[in-house]
Amino acid sequence: MRDARADVRRPVGLRLWLSGGWLSLLTLAAIFAPLIAPQDPLAQDLFLGRLPPFWESGTEPGFYLGTDSLGRDVLSRILYGARLALIVALVAGTLTCLIGATLGLIAGYYRGWPDRIISRFVDIWMAFPPVLFSILLIAVLGPGLVSIIIAIVIIDWTRFARVIRAEAISQGAMDYVASAQVAGRTKFGTMLAEILPNVLPTIVALLTLEMGIAVIIEAILSFVNLSISTDSPTWGGMISEGRISVHQAWWVLVFPLITLFLTVLSFSQLGEGLKDRFDPVLR
Amino acid sequence: MTLLRAILLRLLTTAITLFGVAVIVFVVIRVVPGNPIAMMLPPGATEADILRLETQYGFDKTIPQQFMIWLGGVMQGDFGTSISTRQPVSGLVLSRLPATLELSIVALIIAVTLGGTMALLGTRFRDSKTEGAIDVTAGMALSIPDFLWGLVLILLFGVLWPVFHISGRISPSLDIDFTTNFYLFEALLRLRFDVIADLIGHMVMPALALAIPLAAIIAQLLKQSLKETMHLDYVTLARTKGYGEAKVITREALPNALLPTLTLVGVQFTFLIGGTVIIERLFSYEGLGNMAIDAVINRDLPLIQGIVILFALIFTLVNLAVDMLYVVLNPRLRHA
Repeated sequence: MRDARADVRRPVGLRLWLSGGWLSLLTLAAIFAPLIAPQDPLAQDLFLGRLPPFWESGTEPGFYLGTDSLGRDVLSRILYGARLALIVALVAGTLTCLIGATLGLIAGYYRGWPDRIISRFVDIWMAFPPVLFSILLIAVLGPGLVSIIIAIVIIDWTRFARVIRAEAISQGAMDYVASAQVAGRTKFGTMLAEILPNVLPTIVALLTLEMGIAVIIEAILSFVNLSISTDSPTWGGMISEGRISVHQAWWVLVFPLITLFLTVLSFSQLGEGLKDRFDPVLR
Repeated sequence: MTLLRAILLRLLTTAITLFGVAVIVFVVIRVVPGNPIAMMLPPGATEADILRLETQYGFDKTIPQQFMIWLGGVMQGDFGTSISTRQPVSGLVLSRLPATLELSIVALIIAVTLGGTMALLGTRFRDSKTEGAIDVTAGMALSIPDFLWGLVLILLFGVLWPVFHISGRISPSLDIDFTTNFYLFEALLRLRFDVIADLIGHMVMPALALAIPLAAIIAQLLKQSLKETMHLDYVTLARTKGYGEAKVITREALPNALLPTLTLVGVQFTFLIGGTVIIERLFSYEGLGNMAIDAVINRDLPLIQGIVILFALIFTLVNLAVDMLYVVLNPRLRHA
């Protein structure tokens, strides 16, 4: 019988390289946006409105991916938009992970009343339509980067809490946990020293997935014009403008969409790839 | 007896969940900075005007008092009056609900059909290039959320090859004098094929955007449980009887493999309904979700409350229905 593991490993490696590569490229582009952006992302020039990308006729030099209806450079706006998207991914993803995973760990390992309270909240959260909830929160908190991050944490902590709780329950039932306690560890010490390391791979994989979700939520919020101030370039804002003028200037929609698509796909493939790599059965 | 107890317990937790949702929404939207009443009056309105309207909508009372009044109204089917349109919330919400329900159900049908076909094909041609292709397709489809699929579909079938409508629910030129807002169901009943074609032309794109991620999940999970079932003895027995492979899969393996998929589809269906909020916005489809976003932008507190509660009610009802269906379909639980 041929070794099934070889089949699983090969695409995982490729997947990790491709998605990791795209995300590294994007991070570099975001960090050095002021140096590499060919134009000022906010500069408007109505005489340069709706210029097509460089390979079509009627372009101006320096506007490689065309301009929107106000004459703003699409490429430069995508590069600056990457800054906001990645900050949201990193900060909101990490905070969501910390809060959700902590609650999940406590609920799954301690059980009893902490579990009942946390699980009840998770149930209530599951009854909210997430997109509507996030829009509602932004309306309450007011637009801005901090509001977006808070909204994402509030909506999505349950994603971590549910999965980590289930993992902590199954880990808590194992012999090594019992023996750690027999050996004299405190309950809290066991949770940190025995349970946490064993659920950490799941946490890392979920965190990567969450970063992609955070990017999407930010894009959706700026799509409905509730993200940050309207003149900062965001991918969602560009997509919203592009959706309106899609019949006149497809490039205003297509380029930010491709960027968003690849970024979300990369985060999720990276997460899936990490999950497989950490999986002891496949390792 | 235990079954009855389980059902009662389930109903109780459902009620608690809905109550929790109501409390959270109520409190959250009342800490909104900015006076919603001041926003609905023309500039130059006097303090007395504002005060009069505040009293009319009950905003001069404390939050717990407002909640009790609201809850009392809800018990009698009164969800308050919308601030932006000054119409009863219940009427507004119910007029939009059919559009969203039809969209969700069509999306579910597409998802089950697509996902089921992929799972069956993947099982029939397992360990071949076909299965590999299905795995990769499903993995991709799952990684990308409905919002992005919607945009991709707009570009492909709205711009590049414009075969479907990408905005609205029905062509305004179409003459319909239907009694309900369930346009699709009523058109089917009345055999109005022109209306059906127009509705489907509008619905295919948003429904497909909602369906793609769910179809991927169904494909993966159903294929997984089909493949597990294919190793069981009774399936081998069917094969030794000389049944063809296709018949073995659909007749013997499928009924047993359906059950785990069903539970998951239930949960995922609520996610799909939640997705209608942004998809309706994207496709300017006049449903509940689109109305919800407008309500948030207009700070229409009573309307927001009504819509969120309705969504929560639908979510919990779907979960309840799936649990019941699971009991009915699972022979091991049927006689418990």
